[in-house]
Amino acid sequence: MVSLSLPETEATARTAAPRASGKIHVTIDALSKRYPGQQADALHNVSLSIQQGEIFGIIGRSGAGKSTLIRCLNRLEAPTAGRVVIDGTDISALSARQLVAWRRRTGMIFQHFNLLSAKTVRQNIELPLKVAGVPAAARARKVDELLALVGLEARQHAWPAQLSGGQKQRVGIARALVHDPELLLCDEATSALDPETTRAILALLKKINQQRHITIVLITHEMDVVHDLCHTVAVIDQGQIIERGPVWQVYSEPREETTRQLLNPEYQRLPENIAPYLSERRQNRRSRALVRLRYNGQGAHPDLGALATLASGEITVVYSAIEWVQNRAIGQLLLLLDAKHEAQFAQRQLANLADRLEVVGYVTDY
Amino acid sequence: MSLTIERLWSGLLDTLLMVGVSSLLAFALGLPMAVILVVSGRDALFPSPTLNRVLGWVVNLFRSVPFLILMVALIPFTRWVVGTTYGVWAAVVPLTLAATPFFARIAEVSLREVDKGLTEAAQAMGFHRWHIVWHVLLPEARPGIVSGFTITLVTMINASAMAGAIGAGGLGDLAYRYGYQRFDMQVMLTVIVVLVALVTLLQLCGDRLSRRLNHR
Repeated sequence: MVSLSLPETEATARTAAPRASGKIHVTIDALSKRYPGQQADALHNVSLSIQQGEIFGIIGRSGAGKSTLIRCLNRLEAPTAGRVVIDGTDISALSARQLVAWRRRTGMIFQHFNLLSAKTVRQNIELPLKVAGVPAAARARKVDELLALVGLEARQHAWPAQLSGGQKQRVGIARALVHDPELLLCDEATSALDPETTRAILALLKKINQQRHITIVLITHEMDVVHDLCHTVAVIDQGQIIERGPVWQVYSEPREETTRQLLNPEYQRLPENIAPYLSERRQNRRSRALVRLRYNGQGAHPDLGALATLASGEITVVYSAIEWVQNRAIGQLLLLLDAKHEAQFAQRQLANLADRLEVVGYVTDY
Repeated sequence: MSLTIERLWSGLLDTLLMVGVSSLLAFALGLPMAVILVVSGRDALFPSPTLNRVLGWVVNLFRSVPFLILMVALIPFTRWVVGTTYGVWAAVVPLTLAATPFFARIAEVSLREVDKGLTEAAQAMGFHRWHIVWHVLLPEARPGIVSGFTITLVTMINASAMAGAIGAGGLGDLAYRYGYQRFDMQVMLTVIVVLVALVTLLQLCGDRLSRRLNHR
């Protein structure tokens, strides 16, 4: 492949702009966990910091340790070594009684919802308030407010078994918010849901994050969840964090192979139908250049009109996979250009039309 | 004939009294035992391996002795508790002691079947441990506990007939004395019909209640 360099622009200098406040909410400090009788650590020396108001995704394969990690955040799992500091409180130092009080400030939702089958929707949401000794009138007010938030007023007297998966998770979310937590932990919250319901639940989580300024930490193995919802992502593999950063950055240029496999970005691929016609050198006068325009979130806009003008209209789109992650274009555009335009493409100001350009090869008689 | 019906009626009442009193006691004693067996296990809410082992051992002891033998072996204890070894109240003692561990084991299974995720969710929401027992474990296991209690009742009717044979009164006594010793087929058959009707009715009610409580 022939690489053509692209002029450096101000776009490359732009850094991640987290929507979060900049105040650190959760600090995970050299956390390790080994289960009794196991040879290897389930978590090994994990350090992360999560900002106030941020949606922080932890993605990994099953068995990578993500479930253990999120369980350490409210001490459902006690770490073997290291600390978890949340809002200045070292939660591993809390007594059993303090822990109960502290957990009321942290909500958690689960893959399998974990609703009480013997209680109605309303009773399920109300119960955490009841055990905390909140008076009946205040409980009723809070439950009404949350039922409205998740849109389940009409189903409040139904039994959980009568609800769809999405509705069950809405109850789970309402229940997790009864104590107005500052932190919401989501343990594979959408993994048991179909794609459409997943989107609805993610939209609800986003709304909660924006309206209530709740920090959300979620674990998932679904890249869509990270892509649609998170600000920051950490990739966990074999108990260790192997990569982390703003979603658009990790998504556009994954450094690790595991990340690449997990995120499975479309733009990494070359369409199969073009391969037989591809060669490294120009075969004859009919050969056209296959040019790859990369978008990795540095600010370029894939403006097809402008690109076509640059190539005097003689341009063929072979493959296009561009998506918007956190308002940044991520992906690739594969174009066929006539030889005479190739040089122009390389020399002209492509700065805001692509983040990077390379000639993949030459295609003849395609 | 009218004498037989009168005897049958009083026999039925005796049986209901024996079974009723001892099963209520078994419920009151067995359910806490079941809860203790579940929550005192390793990795459970109130881990206490010693208590767990001792209680499990006691339950197994009473469960492994056949009722007839248990009844005889308990005679001195029964006399100490109720002052007599004859009659309905004397039968209540061994019946209760047999039914309690029986029911405790059945209730224990129902409690254990409650999804671990529910306990975890409750912990994550800031429930105290006793909250979890009261608001999560017991309500969730309720349908199973009701079914288990129905089984206990039916088993107790069985056992009460055996108690009847050694002088406790009730339907068993009737069947034994008239049906077996005097070989009165009519009495025997009538007692069988009454017992079948009683068990069927109990089972029906138990199943109904369990279904009504089950929202899974």
